Amino acid sequence: MPVDVEARVIRNTRLSPDYNVIALAAPEIAAVTRPGQFVMVRPARGLDPLLRRPFSVFEILRDEDRPIGITILSKRIGPTTRLLFEAAEGDTISCLGPLGQPFALPEPDAEAWMIAGGVGLAPFATLAESLAARGIRSTLFYGARRADELFYLSWFEQRGVRLVLSTEDGSAGAHGRITVPLAAAFQAADGARVACYACGPEPMLAAVSQLAAGFGRDVQVSVERVMGCGMGGCYSCVVPMKTPDGGHHYVRSCISGPVFAGSSLVWD
Amino acid sequence: MGLTTPVDLSVRIGSLQLANPFIAASGCFGYGVEYAEALDLSRLGGIAVKGLFLSERQGHPPERIVETPAGMLNAIGLQGIGVHRFIAEKMPELRRLGATTIVNICGSTLDEYVELARILSDVEGVAALELNISCPNIKEGGIQFGCSLHGTHDVVSAVRKVTRLPVIPKLTPNVTDVASFARAAAEAGADAVSLVNTFLAMAIDVETRRPRLSNVVGGLSGPAIRPIAVRMVYECRQAVTIPIIGMGGIASAEDALEFFIAGATAVQVGTANFVDPFIWQKLVDGLEQYLERHAIPGVAALVGSLDTTPEHA
Ligand SMILES: Cc1cc2nc3c(=O)[nH]c(=O)nc-3n(C[C@H](O)[C@H](O)[C@H](O)COP(=O)(O)O)c2cc1C
Repeated sequence: MPVDVEARVIRNTRLSPDYNVIALAAPEIAAVTRPGQFVMVRPARGLDPLLRRPFSVFEILRDEDRPIGITILSKRIGPTTRLLFEAAEGDTISCLGPLGQPFALPEPDAEAWMIAGGVGLAPFATLAESLAARGIRSTLFYGARRADELFYLSWFEQRGVRLVLSTEDGSAGAHGRITVPLAAAFQAADGARVACYACGPEPMLAAVSQLAAGFGRDVQVSVERVMGCGMGGCYSCVVPMKTPDGGHHYVRSCISGPVFAGSSLVWD
Repeated sequence: MGLTTPVDLSVRIGSLQLANPFIAASGCFGYGVEYAEALDLSRLGGIAVKGLFLSERQGHPPERIVETPAGMLNAIGLQGIGVHRFIAEKMPELRRLGATTIVNICGSTLDEYVELARILSDVEGVAALELNISCPNIKEGGIQFGCSLHGTHDVVSAVRKVTRLPVIPKLTPNVTDVASFARAAAEAGADAVSLVNTFLAMAIDVETRRPRLSNVVGGLSGPAIRPIAVRMVYECRQAVTIPIIGMGGIASAEDALEFFIAGATAVQVGTANFVDPFIWQKLVDGLEQYLERHAIPGVAALVGSLDTTPEHA
């Protein structure tokens, strides 16, 4: 059941001129969030911006073992993300969650690949922790524009996650999109049991889904659509899901997703 | 001052008794069941479920909403599961949860409204019919009735003939004189009118010079429209004696009070529920406190109580 918390900002860390990680005191949400779920956030006080915005829960913060809060990874692009970028310690931010369907975790004998593009890294910190807790070997395929937009690399390494990086300008890892090293990995994986997860811009999700399908594999994708409510009330965040007759119907990514089988969606 | 007995929040809309005057607005609360985990649906005055056609509808492609100053545009295109699936899949749950269910119906023809009304009249747990003759986002649905006085009269009287349920036409603000539409509805036998639906509007991305909505135009809702909606309720109050269900931008008890004072017997809340799905208890508490503070015994005594006498008479 989602709860609405007036969450105090514990700290706000700027990672670059655009990216920040904001830590929010929200024990009620932290205690029940599963990897892949999201929160609807509203930092504004007045009527602008009016609507909440969806954010994947990035990390679960703990004091000893006790969940005390969550963090959000944000990239400054609009009014809400600007307020999140500028928020100061002690400010309060309205935070509703957890919402949405989580990732399905793999069988213990499988390995896991997390495929992230840019701010699409967001759902993978909680997933990496869940995988590590189950003793599942994991790899993060992580693409960004430039080396200085690859964040939290040591965080993942400390948790035993193998890193495969790419940048569009070649400043770190493979030169180009993440699908380049990913294709090679699919080739090498042969028949191994691998659970694939992807989050990032939709063209990337489409490319990753198609690439996986070419190797007879599926990917759990986390989509990021414009959402009005996050609760299934408004039907604005829909994605086209394939129907048996070869057509599609629109499903609400807030309550049926944000996690979908890549093979179940129509990518155009 | 202050009262010793609890204030009375119940209101009557024709034969329909609501425990409190706060109704979830159609299209802003799914089919109600989406909120069943978070809220006790029986505590809401009522739920106007998402607009239903006879058959299923896809709706418009994304983008379906865009935020604007103190409001939002939507062009959902009335995606929906159709009346039959609604009755089979959603009504049992709504009955079990004790929701006061108002079904918002849409048709492309007069016959479709009549057919929907017939079907729903036999369904246990349907409390009232709200006739959506005011959706601005789709070409073929309802709005041609809602923008013509004859059309409004005809659809209301045709539905009136086939149902004993309260009939509540929902009026569009996209007309010159909304009060004349309230009058046409009342004369045709409506038990109440609800207003306003959204204002036809538009937003453009100047960088790409493309419309922000796939449908190009959409309906404006939220606090930005509230003063216009209050004025329209006030005008209708002077034109008809049937109850008015007011809406448009209500985001607090104080906002709702404006509508009651202007002449609304009940109100609906749409966009603000997106911002705060737990708004319902806050509305009830705020209204109760106001009534106690002003020693007013119940909501009914507040309805249409606007004082327009000169201040220094
Ligand atoms: C996303 C969205 C969908 C809507 N869908 C419907 C609908 O299906 N039927 C209807 O009669 N009104 C619909 N409306 C209009 C609302 O019920 C209400 O009349 C309007 O939004 C004004 O109230 P508000 O400012 O509180 O949202 C919709 C509004 C929004 C924002």
